[in-house]
Amino acid sequence: MEEFVIPKQPGSNYLNAEYGLKSWLLTKDHKRIALLYLGAITFFFFIGSLYAMMIRLELLTPQGDLMQSSTYNKTFTQHGIVMVFFFLIPAIPATLGNFLIPMMIGAKDLAFPRINLLSWYIYMAGGIITIYALLAGGVDTGWTFYVPYSTTFSNSYVIATGVGIFINGFSSILTGLNFIVTIHTMRAPGMTWFRMPLFVWSHYATSLIMILGTPVVAITILLVALERLAHIGIFDPAAGGDPVLFQHLFWFYSHPAVYIMVLPAMGVVSELIANFSRKNIFGYKFVAFSSLAIAVLGFLVWGHHLFVASQSVYAGMIFSFLSFTVAIPSAVKVFNWTATLHKASISYDTPMLYGLGFIGLFTIGGLTGMFLATLAVDVHVSDTYFVVAHFHYIMVGGTLLAYLGGLRYWWPKISGRMYPEGWGRFSALVVFVGFNLTFAPQFLLGYMGMPRRYHTYPVELVSWQVLHVLSTAGASILGVGLMIPLIYLVWSMRYGRIAEANPWHLPGLEWQTPSPPPTENFLTTPIVTHEAYEFAPPEHKEVVGKFERQQPAES
Amino acid sequence: MPEGLAATHEHASHPALRHHLENMEQQREAGTLGMWVFLVTEIMFFGGMFLAYTLFRYEYPAAFVSASNHLDIKLGALTTGVLIVSSFTMAMAVYSTQIGRQKATIICLILTMILGATFLGVKAIEYHDKYNDQLIPGQLIPWRPFNPEVAKPGDTDPHKLHLIEGATTQNVQLFYWIYFAMTGMHALHMIIGLGIMTVILIMAWRGKFSPEYHAPVEISGLYWHFVDIIWIFLFPLLYLLGRHLEHGG
Repeated sequence: MEEFVIPKQPGSNYLNAEYGLKSWLLTKDHKRIALLYLGAITFFFFIGSLYAMMIRLELLTPQGDLMQSSTYNKTFTQHGIVMVFFFLIPAIPATLGNFLIPMMIGAKDLAFPRINLLSWYIYMAGGIITIYALLAGGVDTGWTFYVPYSTTFSNSYVIATGVGIFINGFSSILTGLNFIVTIHTMRAPGMTWFRMPLFVWSHYATSLIMILGTPVVAITILLVALERLAHIGIFDPAAGGDPVLFQHLFWFYSHPAVYIMVLPAMGVVSELIANFSRKNIFGYKFVAFSSLAIAVLGFLVWGHHLFVASQSVYAGMIFSFLSFTVAIPSAVKVFNWTATLHKASISYDTPMLYGLGFIGLFTIGGLTGMFLATLAVDVHVSDTYFVVAHFHYIMVGGTLLAYLGGLRYWWPKISGRMYPEGWGRFSALVVFVGFNLTFAPQFLLGYMGMPRRYHTYPVELVSWQVLHVLSTAGASILGVGLMIPLIYLVWSMRYGRIAEANPWHLPGLEWQTPSPPPTENFLTTPIVTHEAYEFAPPEHKEVVGKFERQQPAES
Repeated sequence: MPEGLAATHEHASHPALRHHLENMEQQREAGTLGMWVFLVTEIMFFGGMFLAYTLFRYEYPAAFVSASNHLDIKLGALTTGVLIVSSFTMAMAVYSTQIGRQKATIICLILTMILGATFLGVKAIEYHDKYNDQLIPGQLIPWRPFNPEVAKPGDTDPHKLHLIEGATTQNVQLFYWIYFAMTGMHALHMIIGLGIMTVILIMAWRGKFSPEYHAPVEISGLYWHFVDIIWIFLFPLLYLLGRHLEHGG
């Protein structure tokens, strides 16, 4: 700790270095670009949530009284497309990753600042085209674009949506490329690979998936769009084509995409658990390599989406086995986080509440994934609400919670202000309760046979309606829990207490510079002499060991 | 595009050094690694189409042989040669920059661009032949849908489609779909490559490069070689495989 001299507040930081719209839209500062992404992603999350609310309202009653089946098809499709491609995939990497990776490794910026800005514009271009498609009439193929429905039969805006997603893919590729090059070439003196925070490791693994997987889905969606234009039949069995080829190509990306969403979340949680336990993480190298293992194994399991799609039994068995092996590195992480908590001085601040919530919900999501990877069980629950509940436990319970926790944890660094802790804890609890009430009943619904993507269900099945009502009630609570932070974070940007440079008293490099940081991140290039998460020895614990949350701000 | 192409700076060191980097070595390393990573994504991008090719070739070998034999092997071989020579001139351009011979660099770059344009010109002729023979798949060209004339036994008209046993025109259409997707995507990369070369040529003309600073030429060269290598795979897969089965095997 002694080596890091915490600098005084400078007169200028990245937020007030320049003013005006142009200074934001043409910025090459990774921190400002992260904030551009933050704004855009919040917007898309809001759109996706509106669709989610419509779905939940429709399912409140067994009859289709709110919308017709065709409208419902568009609603769940658009919920999926907006949430997956425009929120979950970029959420953590493009905002927190963009902001923090250079700071965590002691660099002034990402390796290619212009490409970083370009990636935001590409994201916006893809987003605007997709929004156009949604407004023009929408798309009803499901976010998976399964052929031959999407190529031949669907009478909706498949091409426009496809183009939007195709373009958006390049923003993901460029972000991944930038991260990989930055981590390889721009670490500060002394920042060896095994001194990097686990957040950086998990983003490295994520970037590998981004650059390897995204181009495949790009070409796949391009083929769907061309097929719709030209009707050649590459995916049409009547013309000698193969619809299962589409599913293989699509899931070759879209299964690893799940790890694009959850690996950065795991990185955030590793930071939260170690730092709020004030302890070095248990088995640092295991956690670091488990990220890479997930990235590699994640590319070998796509066939478990094709168990009921005429895949051969032997392929099914192999994919089932490989899917089980992904559980190993995931479990390594969960066990190591838990071991880190053991006998630690844990503080239950808002970010940590989200982090602990992640561990529980991710475990449930992961274990139900094992049910689905079991061939015989999958036949029973395939395309039911069991699957819906499973992946929402990973996406919402995992990624969204980690994103919210990370945003709270680094908020003092990002905005230079503290958020209101009381409201923070309260909303974290509301989110947790609301989330579980929304999705736990869906496991039961799916097990009892409620198929996904249906807007009605039999009136006589009262138990189904009870579970749907619980789920909708939970979604409302979840919605409230998500609105509270939106309000208090915006409030805190103006009225929050001024944050000091290192409000949590942590050793990470991003805390050894003013809040908010200067444009070049550090006043002088840091020299790293410690492992990540090296906390002061026990005899100093009374000095830095406890959070002094109410400590007055240094002016 | 490598960031190093832009030369803005305020450091006392080399004028091309970007402000957020420490030194030229780091900048060169970052640019080169960035291009390699980008090329990996390109391999995956083409990989999807190679997979489709493999699958359909396995399912419809006769149709693929028939369709492949209809391609003009002479023009195909010519373009392959042109591209290989262009890779050589590109490599010479990089070498000339490294030893600081500006004039040689400019000549090599211009030669590379001429060869690249030649490739595209020959490709356009080939595409036009396919257009005349009504081989553009589906309704990609709405006023000229896929409708090739099938040759009867004994007919040797090269503009007609000679089907060997087991081949159907429908499956031939799949071949042409893959042919146009792959070569079209490759041609698009060639066009982008010519754009990059134009920028590099202007920079070389203005004397931006020196033995200390030649990364942009090197990095653009990587891209150029990559596009050539893609063609080296496309040529045998599309033109050569099954050639010996010509005229009804």
